[in-house]
Amino acid sequence: MALRGNLRDFTITQLLNLVNLAGKTGTLVIDGVSEQAFVSFREGKLAYARIGKDDGRLASVLYKASKLNANQYKAIIDRAGQISDKELGLVLINAGYVSREDIILNLQAYFTDMVRRLFTWVEGIFRFEAEMMPPEDRINVRLDLENIIIEGSRQLRELEQLQDEIPSLDMALKFTDRPRDNVNLSVDEWKVVKFVDPKNTMRQIAKTNKLSDVEVRRIVYGLLQAGLVELVRPADMKPQTVKPLAPEEVEEKKNLVNKLIGRIRSL
Amino acid sequence: MQQTVKMVITGPFSAGKTQFIQSVSEIDVVATERKISSAEERSVKSATTVAMDFGRITVDQDLTLFLFGTPGQKRFDFMWEILSEGMLGFIVMVDSTRPETFREARSILETFRAYAPTPFVVAANKQDKEDAWDLEDMGHALRLDKSTKLLPCVAVDRNSVKTVLLELLYSIMSEMEEK
Repeated sequence: MALRGNLRDFTITQLLNLVNLAGKTGTLVIDGVSEQAFVSFREGKLAYARIGKDDGRLASVLYKASKLNANQYKAIIDRAGQISDKELGLVLINAGYVSREDIILNLQAYFTDMVRRLFTWVEGIFRFEAEMMPPEDRINVRLDLENIIIEGSRQLRELEQLQDEIPSLDMALKFTDRPRDNVNLSVDEWKVVKFVDPKNTMRQIAKTNKLSDVEVRRIVYGLLQAGLVELVRPADMKPQTVKPLAPEEVEEKKNLVNKLIGRIRSL
Repeated sequence: MQQTVKMVITGPFSAGKTQFIQSVSEIDVVATERKISSAEERSVKSATTVAMDFGRITVDQDLTLFLFGTPGQKRFDFMWEILSEGMLGFIVMVDSTRPETFREARSILETFRAYAPTPFVVAANKQDKEDAWDLEDMGHALRLDKSTKLLPCVAVDRNSVKTVLLELLYSIMSEMEEK
């Protein structure tokens, strides 16, 4: 039976566990909310991973890992043309720019990072294509899934905790009245802090900054814990009971509450 | 015409919501309880509310107060919004002896505040127990601002429950007077 379904019913961690236990070979294709992911396995081990438009070519992986400088990277892009990753790897090793270990370790780190990103996906349709393998010209790795699964479970627990703490991203943030000195914020925290305003929901802030739900929750959680911000109803959100009461209705309601007070006292 | 008003009693699993309603309801609480399926939850109590508790206090022939208790477990939170619709106010019950539930209580409080901007109070239940946290410490742990009423409570004691209900009604009255 085809291995396909919805991430809401079957999480990434459960999928990896299944691939690992069954020693599967093939590619897991996931259609997420805004991106598509391809994760390939050989005999239950991670071989390759790619998400969205990130091409995952060897040159860009090594450049992002600072194993190539900007000039070297530009020269490869300009001159290497259609050279495959395998050929490029050999050229770089022979030229003494990188070692074989550099290539393997950086690709492993890159693919692991791709899978790590998938742990934050809670919506999406997946299918496992047993016949589909990564393009021939790409370098594959052979990475045990156990550690990735353990890390994924940990992240899932964190996600659940963050969702408990910040159940809805449709709430907004406002600065607390308490003055704070010497607050050191990271770049990502600044990105969020910049948009703290009761008019902006956390979902809007995440979208503007291209942050995932988990990332924005994690940052907001930190800011909440530090007492810098508090959750508020967005300025333009219509509350459930928005209709102001007419004066006679207020009086009527007061009478009702007074009756209730009298009754409760008499219990 | 018979008028009914509603108050919602919410809070984490096993905070004492059902007991709170039982202490003042004039009818036997209509509780939808089921045996606990999770081992961790079973170690705390043997049955829990999966839909809602329902208690009643008749004020006079024209007015009745209904008390609704929400299920405490997260997986039943789809009920919360339904229960919160049209409520006069709500009470967040917190077990003072179980600090591990404070974070969830805070989250439930925020969720209900988002559903409806009605007055609320926080009831620190089991304050008669030796290992109960002090109110001041609980206020900090729950990150309550100074204007939020955090009230000591013993859900099995009718007078204590009455005090909490009255404080909520006083808050509702104050809010109306401010308008």
